[in-house]
Amino acid sequence: MKITQLVLLAALAAPAAHAVEYRTVLPKQSTIHFEFRQMGVPVKGGFKRFTTEMAFDPAKPEAARAQIEIDLASIDAGSPEADDESAGKLWFNRSAYPKATFVSSQVRALGNNRYEMRGTLTLKGKSREMTVSVTYVPGKNASIFDGSFVLKRLDFGIGEGMWADVSTVADEVQVRFRIAATGTY
Amino acid sequence: MSVAMRYSTPAIVLHWLVALLIFVGFPLGVYMVDLPLSPDKLKLYSYHKWIGITVFLLVAVRVSWRLMHTPPSLPAGIAVWQRRASQIVHGLLYALILAIPLSGWLMSSAKGFQTVWFGVLPLPDLLEKNRELGDLLASVHKVLNFTLLGLVILHVGAALKHHFIERQPFLQRMGWGRKERT
Repeated sequence: MKITQLVLLAALAAPAAHAVEYRTVLPKQSTIHFEFRQMGVPVKGGFKRFTTEMAFDPAKPEAARAQIEIDLASIDAGSPEADDESAGKLWFNRSAYPKATFVSSQVRALGNNRYEMRGTLTLKGKSREMTVSVTYVPGKNASIFDGSFVLKRLDFGIGEGMWADVSTVADEVQVRFRIAATGTY
Repeated sequence: MSVAMRYSTPAIVLHWLVALLIFVGFPLGVYMVDLPLSPDKLKLYSYHKWIGITVFLLVAVRVSWRLMHTPPSLPAGIAVWQRRASQIVHGLLYALILAIPLSGWLMSSAKGFQTVWFGVLPLPDLLEKNRELGDLLASVHKVLNFTLLGLVILHVGAALKHHFIERQPFLQRMGWGRKERT
């Protein structure tokens, strides 16, 4: 009788275990980094403060959604001098546009825990469709979502005037983010 | 002037090439540091670093050459203390010309900017990014450079004094003027 009950419980619990949905983001374990080339030299940077809202159920990836809001004042642009410079009108024009946002619109499973997430990135008042590749790494306590995409800074007017010269600062910026999240069953 | 009074041609070429690069790289460094951030500033920083690495490599060749070739002996009339001073100053010049690009390279790494020679050949970062260390190395770089400036003034002053005041054929040692063979 007891064994039957256990088997029954296990049978009931099994599908429930798969229906995990990741909604709670762990900010301390989440990062946004970027890298660009300056005079042929790779320069690394990142953003320290950002908020992420997400919902992801591995069983229903097409229903997944994510929204990231970045506080541009938390930038590390590679050096204190570049941090200051990036706030100016030629770069982010931060007093007028203090935030960057990404809002997902569509998620497609590519297999092997890899996904393609489409969405809209808004920077400096300009919105562009972006395609982000995301890898999902299931974990015991928290699962990891590693994403990357290349943005062209000039599409958003990041670096105008004298800075539009891409022979000094390249147009392409490689963005990498890592979102750690826990799920609810 | 006998042939032995003159440095070998590779040594002479390297001496003047390095001198020229230092005479460009040094004022460039002094000028660029206080510029407001701009694409031109980034370019000048890169040129300065490329010059520095080039100097380092040329001096490495020069020191190797020097170790394999005896330099011409000093004219007979030179006082013993001057011979000693000349050895010390030349030793310090070589040491500084090697140490200065090295300190610049390390500073660049500590400040988080890899050095990429001519924008093509990346040099390894020997130090992790560390702001305090970067600032310290910037001071070291500056002090070494102004020490070099002092020694170069001494070096040039001594050569000119021996050549023009004491009428010893000093500048010919480094290929200046006609190559007289007697």
